[in-house]
Amino acid sequence: MASYRIAGNTGEWEVVCGLEIHAQIISKSKLFSAAATEFGGEPNSQVSPVDAGMPGMLPVINRFCVEQAIKTGLGLRAQINRHSVFERKNYFYADLPQGYQISQYLEPLVGEGTVYLDMPDGEVIPVGIERLHMEQDAGKSLHDQEPGKTYIDLNRSGVALMEIVSKPDIRSPEQAGAYIQKLRSILRYLGTCDGNMAEGSLRCDINVSVRKPGAGLGTRCEVKNVNSVRFVMHAIEAEATRQIELIEEGGEVIQETRLYDPRKGETRSMRGKEEAHDYRYFPDPDLLPLIVENDWVERIKADMPELPDEKKQRFIQDYGLGAYDAGVLVAERETADFYEDVANGRDAKTAANWVTGEFFGAMNKAGVDLDEAPVNAAMLGELLDLMADNTISGRIAKDVFEEMWETGKKAGAIVEEKGLKQITDTGELEAILDKVIAENPEQVQQVKDGNQKVMGWFVGQAMKATGGKANPKMVNELLRKKLG
Amino acid sequence: MAVDKDTVAKIAKLARIRVEPEQQEALTQELSNILRWVEHLGELDTDGVEPMTSVVEMNLKMREDEVADGRRQNDIVANAPESKHGFFVVPRVVE
Repeated sequence: MASYRIAGNTGEWEVVCGLEIHAQIISKSKLFSAAATEFGGEPNSQVSPVDAGMPGMLPVINRFCVEQAIKTGLGLRAQINRHSVFERKNYFYADLPQGYQISQYLEPLVGEGTVYLDMPDGEVIPVGIERLHMEQDAGKSLHDQEPGKTYIDLNRSGVALMEIVSKPDIRSPEQAGAYIQKLRSILRYLGTCDGNMAEGSLRCDINVSVRKPGAGLGTRCEVKNVNSVRFVMHAIEAEATRQIELIEEGGEVIQETRLYDPRKGETRSMRGKEEAHDYRYFPDPDLLPLIVENDWVERIKADMPELPDEKKQRFIQDYGLGAYDAGVLVAERETADFYEDVANGRDAKTAANWVTGEFFGAMNKAGVDLDEAPVNAAMLGELLDLMADNTISGRIAKDVFEEMWETGKKAGAIVEEKGLKQITDTGELEAILDKVIAENPEQVQQVKDGNQKVMGWFVGQAMKATGGKANPKMVNELLRKKLG
Repeated sequence: MAVDKDTVAKIAKLARIRVEPEQQEALTQELSNILRWVEHLGELDTDGVEPMTSVVEMNLKMREDEVADGRRQNDIVANAPESKHGFFVVPRVVE
């Protein structure tokens, strides 16, 4: 694939990005307290004294959260560190009652790994993972409830997060989008994060720098608060373009934190608010180092589901699918399962075409998820069976599918009810063809003069006369006999 | 290591502690003395010695993933200078 370049006045520029993703761990209770993690509860109803930063309260780590983070590390093909340390990241903010966030700094739980991006042209691009560490989430501030006031809800305070940091291996907005989607897919397969960007369970900060192709790394800026794949892609382009213009005008990029404004489509500096940031990390005296025994990791490993990369490989090998179709089908575990149910005992490629074509098309058009679709795997399978045994033609099958989607009826019932069975009776077809031939002497002459295209026209007329129910293969054969 | 007045002012700001200018000199002396005293530890050769994280040999205690706390909104905001509809209410934090 051609490399992504931005044209400046002094030539082409390359974009270099690294992503930091905060992924909320799926668990019932918080990382260091026994309060619930559910989204959307009454304000401050899911808060323990630990989460509220009450004096004297001690954090006790949630074993399941650690397990989820290890599982994610394994899913990223990453090093699991047997010894890691929780540290305090100190800063003041109204939604951080402790005055510090418990995080991991020098010794994270998970080290280097790799994520493979599936690009639309079938290319696979590896992106390095630098680290994954566990930390607490902060509370939520609402600034628009009352003039001059900020409302604080601590329900999210203390919920377990994984911060997943990539290496600066990403070279285009498209790759950044593919990276988030792939990571999201892996997290959802593992059941360690629901990946919901709208609810904030997956949040993204982007490090962006530019350079002339082949040159050393430029100075980077961190763009915060980007909460959809589309915005991430926009933000990278906007920030890279800003840096290029700045450099070409003789300026210099200053390492800083910037905020993406989706309405204006630009990033702006957060300087000033940032200058006081000096986190003064130190090991949390309330917590001992986290020791992960080998057999624990082995048990987690034994319990891992088949992940998207392996599933994709299997779909390519076992079902003979192309890399792109396989990638689309495995992106969501539910979709992959649905496909396998449809393909089971049937022609795998036809099944893939129908699932990615008609079925996804209908889903997108209706704006529904798989579990809300009025046609299930068994119903789609029945339709494919009717095609396979020549009960209906492919053309009619599409009409039947539409009817199924609208009414929720089964394919067999619709075919029966509307009399859509394919005409395979030679006598009946011959009678129809004879009529078409008799009515169109001019075209018959053209065929006899050697115009083969008109043969196709006759097939079309026969299909029209039967409402698409004629078996096209038989029509072709009979016509050739009669006109050839 | 000795600290200067600017460092004292910075530390105070980070810790959100108000230090009046006339207090700075005394605090600078005090902090420098503390640091010099701690620096004696540097005289020990600790090469190859594992950092001690606890005086007792034990591992990090873990709990199971169970919900056993929360559902006490009133208690949580009880000490807040201002609260409304279950929220803490603080002077506006400008983004």
